[in-house]
This record gives sequence, structure tokens and C-alpha cells, in this order.
Amino acid sequence: MPKIRPERLTMPVQDPKERRRNFREVALGFTPELAREEAERCIQCKNPFCEDGCPVHVPIREFIDLLQRDDPQGALAAILRTNALPAVCGRVCPQEDQCEKLCVLAKRYQPVAIGRLERYVADLARDAGRAVAPRRPRGPRVAVVGGGPAGLTAAGTLAGFGYRVTLFEALHTVGGVLMYGIPEFRLPKDIVRAEVEGIQALGVEIRTDAVVGQSPTVDELLEEGYEAVFLGTGAGLPRFLHIPGENLDGVYSANEFLTRVNLMGAWRFPEWDTPVRVGRRVAVIGAGNTAMDAVRTALRVGAEEAMIVYRRSPAEMTARHEEYEHAVEEGVQFRFLTNPQRILDDGEGRVRGLEVLTMELGEPDRSGRCRPVPVAGSEHVLAVDTVILALGTSPNPVVSRSLEGLEVAEWGGIRTDEHGATSRLRVYAGGDAVTGAATVILAMGAGKRAAQAIHRDLAQRGEAVGG
Amino acid sequence: MFKILHKRLLTGVTKLFVVEAPLVARRAQPGQFLIVRVREPGERIPLTIADYDRSAGTVTIVVQEVGKTTRLLGALEEGEAILDVVGPLGRPAELPETGRVVLVGGGFGVAPLLPKARALKERGVHVTSVIGARNADLVILEEELGARSDRMLVATDDGSRGRKGLVTDVLRDLLDAGEVVDEVIAIGPMIMMQAVAEATRPAGIRTLVSVNPIMVDGTGMCGACRVTVGGQTRFACVDGPIFDGHAVDFAEAIRRGRMYRAEEQEALRVWEAAGCPR
Repeated sequence: MPKIRPERLTMPVQDPKERRRNFREVALGFTPELAREEAERCIQCKNPFCEDGCPVHVPIREFIDLLQRDDPQGALAAILRTNALPAVCGRVCPQEDQCEKLCVLAKRYQPVAIGRLERYVADLARDAGRAVAPRRPRGPRVAVVGGGPAGLTAAGTLAGFGYRVTLFEALHTVGGVLMYGIPEFRLPKDIVRAEVEGIQALGVEIRTDAVVGQSPTVDELLEEGYEAVFLGTGAGLPRFLHIPGENLDGVYSANEFLTRVNLMGAWRFPEWDTPVRVGRRVAVIGAGNTAMDAVRTALRVGAEEAMIVYRRSPAEMTARHEEYEHAVEEGVQFRFLTNPQRILDDGEGRVRGLEVLTMELGEPDRSGRCRPVPVAGSEHVLAVDTVILALGTSPNPVVSRSLEGLEVAEWGGIRTDEHGATSRLRVYAGGDAVTGAATVILAMGAGKRAAQAIHRDLAQRGEAVGG
Repeated sequence: MFKILHKRLLTGVTKLFVVEAPLVARRAQPGQFLIVRVREPGERIPLTIADYDRSAGTVTIVVQEVGKTTRLLGALEEGEAILDVVGPLGRPAELPETGRVVLVGGGFGVAPLLPKARALKERGVHVTSVIGARNADLVILEEELGARSDRMLVATDDGSRGRKGLVTDVLRDLLDAGEVVDEVIAIGPMIMMQAVAEATRPAGIRTLVSVNPIMVDGTGMCGACRVTVGGQTRFACVDGPIFDGHAVDFAEAIRRGRMYRAEEQEALRVWEAAGCPR
């Protein structure tokens, strides 16, 4: 057996000095040579632990084996059996905490770059044109509410079983967080559109501009003959800090800021109609993936300086390490152990600064992370003119308040069993609407589990495909 | 696409459209709103539902042309279509079952009073409508609203129609005359709703207003529409758009509504310089 190369191959990226001012994709993807060489690092374990780490159980060993045999089309077919969004997952999954964490090589070397290979396979096939003959399922009807990762996966899985699926999307474009949240430079929107087309080719009918809960309601869907409804309504209202000055001009939630730029194309204003305003100095509060997306986007729409303000230390940061590194390379400043106190008014209702307090780490809190405690007398002002709050979201109330008998947790999330069944018969849920803000792939896993549960439960009632 | 079945000019810059939107029409209730996108790559703007017809599957909207998007919308003709119409959004108005109500409308805010007047009349509530505009030519929907009201009062700034003055002057006249008013519902420019709320505050008359902040998605995701009500941050798109007028922080709401004024003017200027392309 040839000696294994200890380090994974590096994926080419756009020069940070260039990319910090443009929206083109940061990571450029493997070349065929790099992909081949990286694939060769996989030792084809008899017991592929990596697959246990994947919420949708991509047949990782098999697809890498096919790559080793120079059969990328075969590799794609293998991935698509369990994952309808491979070009998305290859880009935005936290592989380091999932499949790659369990790679046998990781014990001595760097793990196989599974995510990069998945992306390579998906991109190659898309560039070649994915030749899928459109399908027309004839089974019972199922409604999917929400066109984000959970809904798309549930819809694709159900259509694969043979159900006639209608996917209802509130916005004018399907894709959910993939369209409004994750920026173009990390996930190009053409890629999302292509993967959505792949799901439509399975026979899923998409209805945009339809806010289920307002019109139609879930009960109406069930009355109209949908045998089951999956709720993948996603994250809801942005959280605020409830500190003075949050309603000043120049204060955004990360959701608003990113939606303006990504979904509405505000970086092309005034050719496109939706504006966004960033000043010269931008502070983003929070240190998750959304915060990294917001701060890097702020640079690209013209901020001279952009900084992360986070009350904890680097060790507690929830963003992927890669996103943090990319942000540092692009010149984002990080102010850790810095806690916002209030946003200051310039006298005309606009932001003129962010008053903060320096913190130090104390005892661990309930989450196991060290609790930050204020340093007395450390108040100071960061001179910024834009503040973006990236503090997570609370669930959208629209569906849950319109559906009688739907149990929700105290914090507003929809309650389900481990398969995604809610307290209402024939109604299932998954993704951020159930768990609170999490990752794309966890939502996809939930969508898939719920689709399987719908199939099983309908079969028990003799209503499933072929039932 | 949502087809325009009927268009009517209410004033030179105020247009009424009846739009085919069955999903919206079948569940629309007084007080709710829509999000509209006129064309690619357009912005999403909120518009109050001016009326609806469930059996015909239509909704009525009234647009006042002030910027690029509203002018693009206003330029659409019968038979043409609006790219996106989403709704009904927001909570319905909690209308009283009995008593005497005064509806106050300013500018194109008169339009969304129509479904409220109809719903109130159906319940047997006594409805007085007070509408206002700068001059007689700008008074809209007087006949339609009048047909659904027990009494119709008009005010114009120049006195060319009805009482000379503001709608709040008419409202004050009523209150000063000792009229029994159980509730006031005001829709119009923020500054007008603020003035109405101030007029009814001394007597403690319940006063509902329909706020119209800047929105992006309009479905409870972005938080752009936050309004301070009774010291609490509320989201107009899912908590409103109707709030207690005595609790709304109007000064903040007015300021936030102007946040993008410079950009709005720039968009209009660039568009006009290009010859106002459709």
C-alpha cells in the first residue's frame, strides 16, 4: 500500500486582498488533479465511521471509491441517493464536526477532505449538465411548508418515494437561508437554483408567495386532500439585546442586513431596487456563522472597517474555524470579551458609537462555557456608525398560532417526537422551527427523517404510495 | 404573476387596482396587509389591503406614487400583472361589536378604511367616517366610504371641500360637541395618526392606528419593521400592523420611516435619468 499523504490537499482560494471587495466565491474548488489526489488518501475502511457522522448518511466510502476509479458521474449518483443538495453541503456543512471528525486518518493525520470532494463531484456534474428525466409522481399528495434546507430535503425525499409534493414558500424565491442568509461569496445563488431545479425534476411542485398559516392554513391543506403536512418554517424573528439605541438608524439584525444584500441584491443598488446602508465602520455583535457572514458582507458592500464584538473569548465562538480564518484574512477585526452596553445616538437618530464593557472569564455556566464577567470601570466607546446584531432568532409565530392543537415549547419551537411527528395527526416538523437556529445539514437530516416517518405512518394507514 | 383586472385613477398620483389573488382574498380580513414586488429585480413593499372580494378571488390595493417602486406600480395597466403579491399578512383588526366608532383616514389611508367600515356596519356599529386631503381634487373614495358609513365628514386644508382644516379638527369638533365616541380607528400618514392619538388621549378613547414601517420580507424574519409600543419592541409584520395609538412611539416610527430617504431619492433620480424604463 502506498504511503498516505498526512496532509489533506489545499483548496485554492481567491486572494484575500481581492475578495474582501467582491462577491465572487472565496473557495475555488478542487481541480481534477487535486480531487484525484485527495480521493487517493481515503483508505476505504471496512467500517466507514465517517458515514455515521453524516446527518443524511451520504455513502461516503462508495462515492470516494468511485472517484478513485475516475467515475465522478457514478460518485454523484451515489451521493444523490441520500442527499439532494450536494453542492450546497459540500460548501456549508461543518464537516470538521461531522464526517471528517470520525475519519480514521484523523487519529494520526489530517482527515480526508470529504466536504471538498463532495463539492467537486457536485460541481463537475452540474457543469456537465445533470441529465435527469423529469418525473411525474402519481402517489398521494403531501404538502411541505418552507423551501429551506429542511423543506427541500423533505420534498425531495417524499417525491423520491412517489408522493405528489407541493412545496409552499413564503418568499418570492425558494431556498430559505441558502438564498437570504448565506452570502453569494460562500454559496453562489446559481448553485442553489441548480439544486432546486434538481428537486423540481423529481416532480416537486413549488408555489412561492404562499404564507402557510395566513393563507392557506395547515387545516385547509389537510381538508384539501394533502395526506400529510411537513412544517419546515425555519428560524423566525431576530433576537435583540434590549439595550438602549437598538432602534436607531444604522442598527440592523443580521437577518435584515443579509436579506437585503443576498435575497434582494442590495449590493447592486440602484440598478436593483432594494438599498442597504453601511457606514464607514461596522460592528457586528455575535460570533456565530451568521455573524461571520454579516461582517464579511459589510466589507464587500463598502465598509472601511468591520469588526466582530463578542462578549466571550475565542474558545467559545460558535463559527466554523474556516469562516473565522477567512474573516481574519480579509481584515476583519475581533474584539473578544467585549460586551455591548448601549448604542449611542448622534443627536439625529443615527448611530455614532457602541458603548462596551470589557469582560473577563469566570466560572463555567450551564452550557459549560466560561461565563464572562464585567471588569469594573472598563466602559469605553467603539466609534462605529453601523451596528449589526447576530444573536440568533426565535421561532416564527405565524404557523404555530394558526394551528390549533400544535404543541410548542416554552421558547416557541414546535414540539416533535424523534421522527418529526408533532402533536397534531398528519402534521410533521423539522429544522430550525423545531431546534432553534442550527445548521443546514441538521435541518436536512430532520427533513429526511420526517419524510421517512410520513411514508411509514401513511403506510400504516394504508395511504402510502402503492398502499 | 398576479393579474390586474381593474384600474382606477383616484387622483393624479393615487391609483386603485383590483388584482386577481385568490389565496389572499380567501382569508383576508380588515386590517391586514400585502407585500408586493412589481417586477424583477424589485424591492418588496408593504401595502394595506384596501378591500377584498372572496367570491371573485380579488384584492384591492391603493397606491400613492411617491418613489420609483410606487411609480412603476402605478404605471401598470389593466391586463398587466404584478410579479409578486403575498398575503394576507399581519393580524386582523380587533373591531368592536357594538357602540359608536369614528374612522379617520388621511391621504390614501382612506382606502383601507373600506373593509373596516363594511365589517362594522354588518355588526350594527354606528360608523362616522372622517376623511381629509389637501384639496377637493385629492379627496378619495368619499362616495364608497360614505355608502358604508352612517355619517361622512370631510376636511380639506384649503376648504375646497367640507370643513377647512385637518381631520383632527373635525374629530375635535365632534368630541367638543359632547359626541359619544367609543373607539377611533385612524389610518394615514404617521404624523396624522399621531395627531389623532393626541386628540383622543385626554378623553381616554381607545384609538387604533395602522403603522406602515419599512419592511423587507414582511413575514416575521428580518425585524426591519420594529416599532416601540408601550416601551416594548414589537414587529409590525407579525404583531401588528394595528397597535394602540396611545402607546406607539410615533417620533421613532416617523424617523425610522425616513431612514432610506437619500437612497429613495437616488433610485428615483437614476431611474428618471434613464428615461423611467418599465
